[in-house]
Amino acid sequence: MQSREDPIIDAHGIYKRYYIGQPNELEILHGIDIQIYPGEFVAIVGASGSGKSTLMNILGVLDKPTEGEYYLDGIDVGQSDDTELSTIRNQKIGFVFQTYNLISRQSAIKNVELPMLYAGMGRGARVRRAKELMEMVGMGERMHHNPDELSGGQKQRVAIARAMGNDPAIILADEPTGALDTKTGRLVMDLFHELNEKHGKTVVLITHSPELAEESQRILTLSDGLIVGEREGKGHAVL
Amino acid sequence: MLFFENIFLALNGLRANKIRSLLTMLGIIIGIASVIAITSVGNALTSSTMSSMSDLGATQITLGVQQRSDEKGNEDTEGLVFMDNRSRNVKEEDMMDEDMVRDIFDTFSDRLKEYRLTNSIGEGIIKSGSKDVKVNITGNNNEAMEGADVKMLSGRLFTVKDQEEGKKVAVLSDKVVDEVLKTGYEDALGKEITVILNGEFHHFTVVGVYEFDDTRLSYALSGSDATEMYIPIRTSFMEVHKKELYQSIVLEFTPGTDSDALLGEIQDYANDRYYRNNRNFNVKAFSNASLLQELEKSLQAMSLGISVVAAISLLVGGIGVMNIMLVSIQERTKEIGTRKALGATNSSIRMQFIVEAIVLCTVGGLIGVIVGVGMGYLATVIMSNMSGGGGGAIDFDIPYNGIIVALIFSASVGIFFGYYPANKAAKMNPIDALRYE
Repeated sequence: MQSREDPIIDAHGIYKRYYIGQPNELEILHGIDIQIYPGEFVAIVGASGSGKSTLMNILGVLDKPTEGEYYLDGIDVGQSDDTELSTIRNQKIGFVFQTYNLISRQSAIKNVELPMLYAGMGRGARVRRAKELMEMVGMGERMHHNPDELSGGQKQRVAIARAMGNDPAIILADEPTGALDTKTGRLVMDLFHELNEKHGKTVVLITHSPELAEESQRILTLSDGLIVGEREGKGHAVL
Repeated sequence: MLFFENIFLALNGLRANKIRSLLTMLGIIIGIASVIAITSVGNALTSSTMSSMSDLGATQITLGVQQRSDEKGNEDTEGLVFMDNRSRNVKEEDMMDEDMVRDIFDTFSDRLKEYRLTNSIGEGIIKSGSKDVKVNITGNNNEAMEGADVKMLSGRLFTVKDQEEGKKVAVLSDKVVDEVLKTGYEDALGKEITVILNGEFHHFTVVGVYEFDDTRLSYALSGSDATEMYIPIRTSFMEVHKKELYQSIVLEFTPGTDSDALLGEIQDYANDRYYRNNRNFNVKAFSNASLLQELEKSLQAMSLGISVVAAISLLVGGIGVMNIMLVSIQERTKEIGTRKALGATNSSIRMQFIVEAIVLCTVGGLIGVIVGVGMGYLATVIMSNMSGGGGGAIDFDIPYNGIIVALIFSASVGIFFGYYPANKAAKMNPIDALRYE
């Protein structure tokens, strides 16, 4: 149905095995094909143990598939070395984690600066952009606080600002509201919609919650290491 | 840029974990502090010993008349005789005259700077009311006068004319002026003083006043409260009606000369030329330089020994740093994973932790330097007090070279012992690191 452009995420026959060649060899992903197009808001749902996290790690270029091809924005990830993978993560992907993963010894704004720091951006430009992003997520007032002085929802908003640091094409969110109450979870989800609609980001949301998945444009259901279902979502918040 | 961010980050980390950081740095602190303290004390000791010794003549050769040791039946009286001219019967023909001294000096002028002639004619008394003020009356040639290195408060030293004509002029200490003339040091100039020596009255005109320095080793060794009264060398002979002959003279050699070799050459030359036919006496040359060298050597050996101990302490400190870095990396596994997810390359992670180790060690080194300088200062002050001024003031110098070396060394310890943990962090698998709880 989506054929307007080349997919930004293009994975074919992805297998992931652990303990290869040993008696306890374990296959987690059994040949997955995924195409995600620029500007899409896609949810990947599945129960725990379905292989969600493994798939997300591969899509996020944190891990390489044992078998299969993965092109991210046209780059053959299988052929890239560690340093190139770091650059891809830095430039193309913004991660949002369930546990926020802010670096606790650094202030919120320093956290937001990190991806830009690793991209080699100058101090002036970096601080300016970090401030803008903090304003965007509504954290302009608290940017010099340390993460442990912030609530869960505030932390996640800082993490989203950080994910946007180098203006990546893809936002990869792994259970971003998993540790939040309904109200703050709602705020965070609204931010993802904003990034998708206003900033044109491709958002990939990994969740076990059917309600959240329903907010996306397309829902992929993962079960036992295979994609077992694909359907359209409502594409907006379900109120 | 990343480098400075890393320094900032590392300093933040130090602040966040004060106790742990301090304990980690302790080995480095102790190591560096002991090196700095020892080197500064060693330097102070060396320089004070050197100055005390040169006060006694580190660059001097003393040439003295002595009784021949090969003379039959006189082995038991072997030794230098110039220390006491009454107990030995040195005759006028056995002594050195200035022509002979000049000849020796000219022969070895490539290595000799000057010769100093001194003639002590005894302790004189200056009457001040009912009080007796004692002075050691010493005749000096101008070279010996320079060598005495006195600090003049007013007036002048002797002129060539004073020396040649044997003028009755004197340079007094401020102490004598205070006690006898009771005038200002400028007003003392031109005043006449009367000195009683061996029951005879001698009159001198004051031409200069010098500052008496009671910290001088030579004064401390004399064990008397008499200060020197300097007069021209010729005058000193004329006053006691003696010929200008010397039982000992001092030759000043140029620094860097092999004093032992020169010693032998001068002695052989003088004996061969002037004492070949003297059956009772010959001359002997000796120097304090070799003594000084021995002292320096033993000081160096001491510094070396303590430096080895300090190096071991630094090694242990370095291992402590490595240990704590490994723990810290373990604890911050998730942070490392996050950084990698955000795009940190392996080398930037490695750099972060190496910089952290360097900062840890350098801060430790800096604290060590401060503690070491403090300890060194305290030690020199204590030693200075114990030596009671008589041994000469021990000056404390901040050992800048040592500080720079210490800081570079501690940074190197950081690099060396930080590399392995940092590399371990850099090579972490991002997924495992992210998943670590």
